[in-house]
Amino acid sequence: MLVLQAIIDGILVGGFYALMAGGLTLVFGVMDIVNFAQGILVVLGAYLSYALYSHLNIDPFLSLLITIPVMFVVGIAVYWTMIKPIKQDRVIMSLLVMFAVGTVAEGILDLIFSSNLVEIHTSYVNSSVRLGSLVFPAIYLYAFAMSVVLLGGVYYLLYRTRFGRSLRASMQNPTAARLVGINTDWVSAFTLGIGVGLAAAGGMVFGLTNSFDAASSYDLISRLLAIVIFGGFGSLSGALIASIVMLVIQDLVAVVWSPTWGQTTFYLVLVLVLLLRPQGLLGRKAVRAQ
Amino acid sequence: MTAIDVTPVGAAAPEHIPYEPPKAVRRGGTALVLVLLAAFPLVFTNPAVTSIGVFTMIFLVAACGWNIFSGYSGYISIGHAAYYGIGQYTVALLVLHLKVAAGWDTFALLPLAGLVAAVLAVPIGFLLLRVRKHTFIILTVAVMFILQLLAFNLTSWTNGSGGLELPFPTWTGAFFNEPFYYVGLAGAVVACAVSWWVRRSKYGLGLLSIRDDEDRARGLGIRTTRTKLIAYAMSAFFVGIAGGLYAPFVGSVYPQFGFDPNFDLAVAVLVFVGGIGTLSGPVIGALLLIPLQQYFYLQFGNDNFFLIAYGVLFLLILRLLPGGIAPSITGLYRRVLVARQLRTTAPPGPSAPPGSPGPPGAGGVTPAAVTGADGKEGTS
Repeated sequence: MLVLQAIIDGILVGGFYALMAGGLTLVFGVMDIVNFAQGILVVLGAYLSYALYSHLNIDPFLSLLITIPVMFVVGIAVYWTMIKPIKQDRVIMSLLVMFAVGTVAEGILDLIFSSNLVEIHTSYVNSSVRLGSLVFPAIYLYAFAMSVVLLGGVYYLLYRTRFGRSLRASMQNPTAARLVGINTDWVSAFTLGIGVGLAAAGGMVFGLTNSFDAASSYDLISRLLAIVIFGGFGSLSGALIASIVMLVIQDLVAVVWSPTWGQTTFYLVLVLVLLLRPQGLLGRKAVRAQ
Repeated sequence: MTAIDVTPVGAAAPEHIPYEPPKAVRRGGTALVLVLLAAFPLVFTNPAVTSIGVFTMIFLVAACGWNIFSGYSGYISIGHAAYYGIGQYTVALLVLHLKVAAGWDTFALLPLAGLVAAVLAVPIGFLLLRVRKHTFIILTVAVMFILQLLAFNLTSWTNGSGGLELPFPTWTGAFFNEPFYYVGLAGAVVACAVSWWVRRSKYGLGLLSIRDDEDRARGLGIRTTRTKLIAYAMSAFFVGIAGGLYAPFVGSVYPQFGFDPNFDLAVAVLVFVGGIGTLSGPVIGALLLIPLQQYFYLQFGNDNFFLIAYGVLFLLILRLLPGGIAPSITGLYRRVLVARQLRTTAPPGPSAPPGSPGPPGAGGVTPAAVTGADGKEGTS
C-alpha cells in the first residue's frame, strides 16, 4: 500500500514538474536555448502568487490569471533584449546569458523578499481526500488538474493552430521556416513567453507545496534540467514522461529505502539513462553540424 | 612557393602582424603581476584585506585549472565543485583521522587532495565525456549534486549536514592569512605554468582541435577520449587543491559549501569574463571579480547587491566583449598595429595602393605578406 501511495504521489507531483519542464524543453526545441533562468522564473512566479495572496488576498489559482500573462510578457521581453542579440554559439551563450539574467533576478528577489523561507498558506493546503487507506492531498489534485488543462492547452496550440504549425516548423528547420515566410523571431519570442508562463503556473504550485526563497532556484533548475535531458531535449511528451518517471522513482526509493537517498537516485537514474541513450528517452539523435 | 599560396586579398589584412603582444610585454607583464601579487600582503597588512587576497588565490587556482579542461577542450563543465568538495573533504578527513597538526603540515596534504580529485575524475570523466554540448554541461551538474547528496548522506564519514570542524593553526591573528596567501599563490603559479605548457604543447594542440571540431580531430588521428580525459583529470587536480586550501582556511567543511553550485558558476563566469581558452583570461577574471565579490560582501553584509552587479557585469561582457577581456585587449592592440601599418604604407604610390585587390600574383605580394604566412594564433 505504501508503494502504491508512493507511485500515486510521484504521478501527482510529476504532473506539475512536467509543467515547468515542458516550458524548458519547448524553448530549447524551438531555438536551441537552454533557459538556465527557468528555476528562478519559477520562484518568481511563486513570489508573485505569494504577494498577490498575502497583500490582496487573491487565491493562488485565481492569481494565475494575472501572473501567467505578466510572465508571458517577461518572457517576450527577455527574448528581445537578451536572446535575440546573440549571434554565435547559441547553446552555450544562451545558457550563460540566461544564467546572468537569473543571477540578477535572484539578487532582486532576495532584496525584496529577504532570504527567509516563505510559503503560500491557503485554507486547502493541508486538506486531503481519502480513498481507503490512500491519501490524495487536495493541493496536488488541483495542481494535477491544472497541469493537465495547461499542458492540454499547449498541445492544442502546438498541433491544432496556425501558430503551432509555425512553431513546429521553426523547430524542425529554422532556415526553411524563414524561407516559407514564418517570422521565426516572433515565434521564438512567443515560445519563450509560453515557457515562462508555464513556469509561473508551476511556481504557484511550488509555492503552495514548498517553503521557498530565491536560492531554491538552484535545486529546481538542476531537477528540471535533469528531467528535460532525461526526456530528450525538445520533446514535450518526453518531458512529461520523464517528470513522472523521475518523481515516481524518487518517491519509491524514499519509501522502500530511505528518504535521504531519494534525490540521489534521481540524478543517478539520469546518468545511467544517458550512458545508454545519450539523446534521452524521446530526443532526436544529434546530427553533426558541418 | 608559388604565387597561388600567397594570393593577396589586399593589404588590409597584413598577416605578419602578430596575434599576441610582443614577448617583452608578455614576460614583463607576467613578472609585474607576480611581483605585485607577492608584495600584496606586505603592503596591505589588514587581515580583512589579506583574507580577500586568500579567496582570490583560491579562485585563481581553480579558474586556471578549470580553464585547462573547459577552456581548451570547449567542454563547459559547471560541475567542477565536485572536485572542490572532494579536495575539501580529503584534507579534512586526513587532518582529522591522521591527526595532522594544523598549519604547515596541513599544506603538505594539498598535493594529495589534488591527486585524490584527479584519480576520482578519471572514472567520472570517462562516463561524462561520452556526451557532448549541453547534455555534458548538465550531466556535470548532476554529478556534482550526486556527490553533494552523498556528502549529506554518508554521515559516518562526513557527519552529514553537521559538517566537519578543522583545527585552526596556532598562528596569531595578524599573521594568520599570509601563509594561506603564499601557498595559494604558489598553487596559482603552478596551475598557470601547467596551463601555459598545455597551450604550447602538441598535446594541447590536440585538445584545441577537439574544441574546434571533435569528429575531424578524431579523423586526423587524435585519441580524443584520452586527450579529454587527461585534461579533465588535470583540471580536477587543481580544483581539488583549491578546495584543499579553502577547508583549513575557513576551518570547516559542509556539503553545501564543499559541493557548492555557486562555486561552479563563479568559476565559469570569471573565466568567461577574462577570456575563455586563453592563458591570461582566468587570471584577469579572478583578480577582477573575486575582490569585487568580497568587497560587496563586506560592504553590504549580503550577496544581493553583488548578485545584481555580477549578473549585469556578466551580461555587459557577453554583449560587448563576447570573447572576454583578454582577447578583446589583444584584438584592440592588433587593430592599432594594423591601422598604423596601413597609415605608413598608404602614402607611396597612389597608383597601386596596398588596399586594392590587384591582379593575383602581380604587385600585391609583399615580402612581408610572404614571411608572415606562418603567423601563429595568439596565445595571450
